Amino acid sequence: MEIDPFIFRLSIFILSIFVGYYVVWSVTPSLHTPLMSVTNAISSVIIVGAIIAALAGMSENIFEVSNIFGYLAIILAAINIFGGFLVTQRMLQMYKKKKK
Amino acid sequence: MSANLSALFYLVSGILFILALRGLSSPETSRQGNYFGISGMIISIVVTFLTVGSFGSGLLYVLIFLLIGGSIGAFIAFRIPMTAMPELVAGFHSLVGLAAVFVAISAFLKPDAFNLGEVGNIKLASLIEMSLGAAIGAITFSGSIIAFLKLRGIMSGSPITFKGQHLINLLLGLTILFLIFYLCKTQLPNIFWAIVFVSFVVGILLIIPIGGADMPVVISMLNSYSGWAAAGIGFTLENTALIITGALVGSSGAILSYIMCKGMNRSFFNVILGGWGATDQSSSAQSKEQKPVKNGNADDAAFLMKNASSVIIVPGYGMAVAQAQHALREMVDSLKKNGVKVSYAIHPVAGRMPGHMNVLLAEANVPYDEVFELEEINNDFANCDVAYVIGANDVTNPVAKSDPQSPIYGMPVLDVEKSKSVLFVKRSLSPGYAGIDNDLFYRDNTLMLFADAKKMTEEIVKSL
Repeated sequence: MEIDPFIFRLSIFILSIFVGYYVVWSVTPSLHTPLMSVTNAISSVIIVGAIIAALAGMSENIFEVSNIFGYLAIILAAINIFGGFLVTQRMLQMYKKKKK
Repeated sequence: MSANLSALFYLVSGILFILALRGLSSPETSRQGNYFGISGMIISIVVTFLTVGSFGSGLLYVLIFLLIGGSIGAFIAFRIPMTAMPELVAGFHSLVGLAAVFVAISAFLKPDAFNLGEVGNIKLASLIEMSLGAAIGAITFSGSIIAFLKLRGIMSGSPITFKGQHLINLLLGLTILFLIFYLCKTQLPNIFWAIVFVSFVVGILLIIPIGGADMPVVISMLNSYSGWAAAGIGFTLENTALIITGALVGSSGAILSYIMCKGMNRSFFNVILGGWGATDQSSSAQSKEQKPVKNGNADDAAFLMKNASSVIIVPGYGMAVAQAQHALREMVDSLKKNGVKVSYAIHPVAGRMPGHMNVLLAEANVPYDEVFELEEINNDFANCDVAYVIGANDVTNPVAKSDPQSPIYGMPVLDVEKSKSVLFVKRSLSPGYAGIDNDLFYRDNTLMLFADAKKMTEEIVKSL
């Protein structure tokens, strides 16, 4: 009997939750704000879906309703990607050690 | 690019995202971690383009919209003041949520483009995944908007509660599940729209009863939701990068919520089901007997600290509101010149989001190795000469250790009262968020400095 590919994806999902659990506990509390902004940035990888949506069936008409939702999602995700990574970078730049 | 090859690249992106979070285990590796994250994102986007493969006019539009969004994001990232970080993060969460909703809508309208079947005949599993993704995304969106409005001060931070609130939320939640079930049977677009709409309403109702100082929990929770929404969409699109990321972000937000709840010694449900402020307003009004407090000025404070050998600073949300972090750093600099040993003590729920105080102190050039968490520094108060409490209140209240009747009993607090003297900067004697009087105000070793946090600190700098 063949295993449904869904089961594979579910396995990846559940293993990733465990990875996330251990990785996040090792994050130092002083970096919890950058942690939030960077998780925010990486969750915008949803842009992958937005791009597929925007380019869907474009041979006929590139401004169908589904494409427009795709474009809008691209804008939103792009704000997050650039905003999230840059603001994280800006914060991390500020964390300095004592000058000896 | 073949589907197998692109799946492998998405896996690489997922691993780079894990490394991005891993980097945050120390400030030294964190910047490198951020670059890992950025590379993962670039790989994902490029691979998607190559997989879709059609380089027509549509690609141009995609790039234009990408640039529009990107420049807005970059503009915000460079302009935002550090004190506004909580509302920025809340705002960003709302965007992830809405993007998830839009992608789900698009997949529902054009399932063939995503290999999910045809209109009116979408695969059952995909239908469940996309409606869950849309529902969680919509809750994240509207909930984050409310959190944003509360943090920004556009909406009052006090909890909004009404009778039967939790029952309504429960019913609406069940309605969503029923609608998803119904959608699977009928595939009707109107049902799909109804799911999205009801979820928007749930998001609003979920966040309005939560008060301002519980925002650290709310932001973490919404962070977690945005992850689960992304994972839902990841399942729909059968995309590994999205599934891995969704799981990472989801568990990250959940852990942060847990840490925040523990910092207040409250259960997650206790926070979610409504704020302290609503239940305790009556009790704060009844005991208004005048107890004597010792009142000091900037010169007294400067004298005490200059002659101390060690000082611990306890910052709180009030420091953020008054933007006092730079003045504070100046004060510490002049104390250090006088040979005083200074460190900072941060309570887990100080401020409006996890790690809020640490970022503000870092912005004011305070080295991170002078800043300590509650467990690291709490024993040092007993050997310290002066504790300078600036903008914190409930997290220093000794009542949490002594009075089982108090609503904050059992909450971990900073043992500020053990230091030889306490300088408490505050505008008035009014109680903090929990609505209870702070016993610390009336202690013999406490000197109250009634003023704005920033002004008082600046005056102390002058008298040093």
